[in-house]
Amino acid sequence: MTRQLLAALVVALAVVAPAAASEEHPTLPELERELICPTCHESLAASTSPVAERMRVFIRARIAAGDTKSEIKSKLVDQFGESVLAAPPKSGFNLLAWILPLAGIVLAAGVIGALAYRWSRGRKADDEALGPSANGRFSLDPELERRLDEELARYDA
Amino acid sequence: MSGRLRIVLQVAAVSVVALLLALLGWQVFHKDKEPDLGGAAPNFTLPHLGSDQELDLASLRGKAVVLNFWASWCGPCKDEAPLLESAWKRYKDQGVVVLGVDAQDFDVDAQRFVERAGITYPVVRDKHGSTLGHYGVTGFPETWFIDARGKLVGEHVSGPLTEEDLERNIKIALGEPA
Repeated sequence: MTRQLLAALVVALAVVAPAAASEEHPTLPELERELICPTCHESLAASTSPVAERMRVFIRARIAAGDTKSEIKSKLVDQFGESVLAAPPKSGFNLLAWILPLAGIVLAAGVIGALAYRWSRGRKADDEALGPSANGRFSLDPELERRLDEELARYDA
Repeated sequence: MSGRLRIVLQVAAVSVVALLLALLGWQVFHKDKEPDLGGAAPNFTLPHLGSDQELDLASLRGKAVVLNFWASWCGPCKDEAPLLESAWKRYKDQGVVVLGVDAQDFDVDAQRFVERAGITYPVVRDKHGSTLGHYGVTGFPETWFIDARGKLVGEHVSGPLTEEDLERNIKIALGEPA
């Protein structure tokens, strides 16, 4: 039990620690991937527009000043609006953009699971309805069996 | 699954798909388009650069307005700023207002630009670029001319203004023969 708790703690730390480090000490490439150039609407990483260059200068200066990732993003949103963020913030109405896709995936998985369950149960019921023959094997549909017998008889003849 | 539940689920699924298609269609076809010349100038209320005091475009009704969209990182904007400043000084007593709209910019850069160019005409700051779509602005600089009734007149100049552009369109906005 203790070993399992320890393992869970290590996994949790492995996930949380890099995220915390990235928040406290962001790098320019990280922020470039998470921001959009306001004039060309491309990722800041891909944009070579004058305002993108100016934003990079700003970001470098803020990193050097010790700002966290959230602080830098917040300052850029204050200057350019939320459209400068590559992903919508996880708050208010924008939270829907995060929740809806996940809800859609869960719903779709549920529907597919339910359909698969119904389909497999239906097949089993069909098989059981036919019932096993005397030799223990499942018998064919009587009409199909009759036609098969006829064909075999014709073949033997 | 009962028949009624199945119908409810089918209707819900079809509704969700229809809603998503409607959203997609709106996104594809609902592009901000340039306003028509002769039509009303889209109104806006924006703060003055470096101040919380707001300016409402409608408050300038009765005056001719030279509405110039710019940003500090835009090279041609630097070139045309002296022309606009000169027009402002020359025409302000005749009922003309030159109004700069700074967008997609840093406050500090915009203020430095205004100081260096010696701009004294009013400049408002559109931090979120909300006016750009309404005026069909796709780059900087761009200029519209508005007459005393608040109608868009003359030419929509995309790119740097020349002195002739300014003179001709200011006269149109003032209702004088160009």
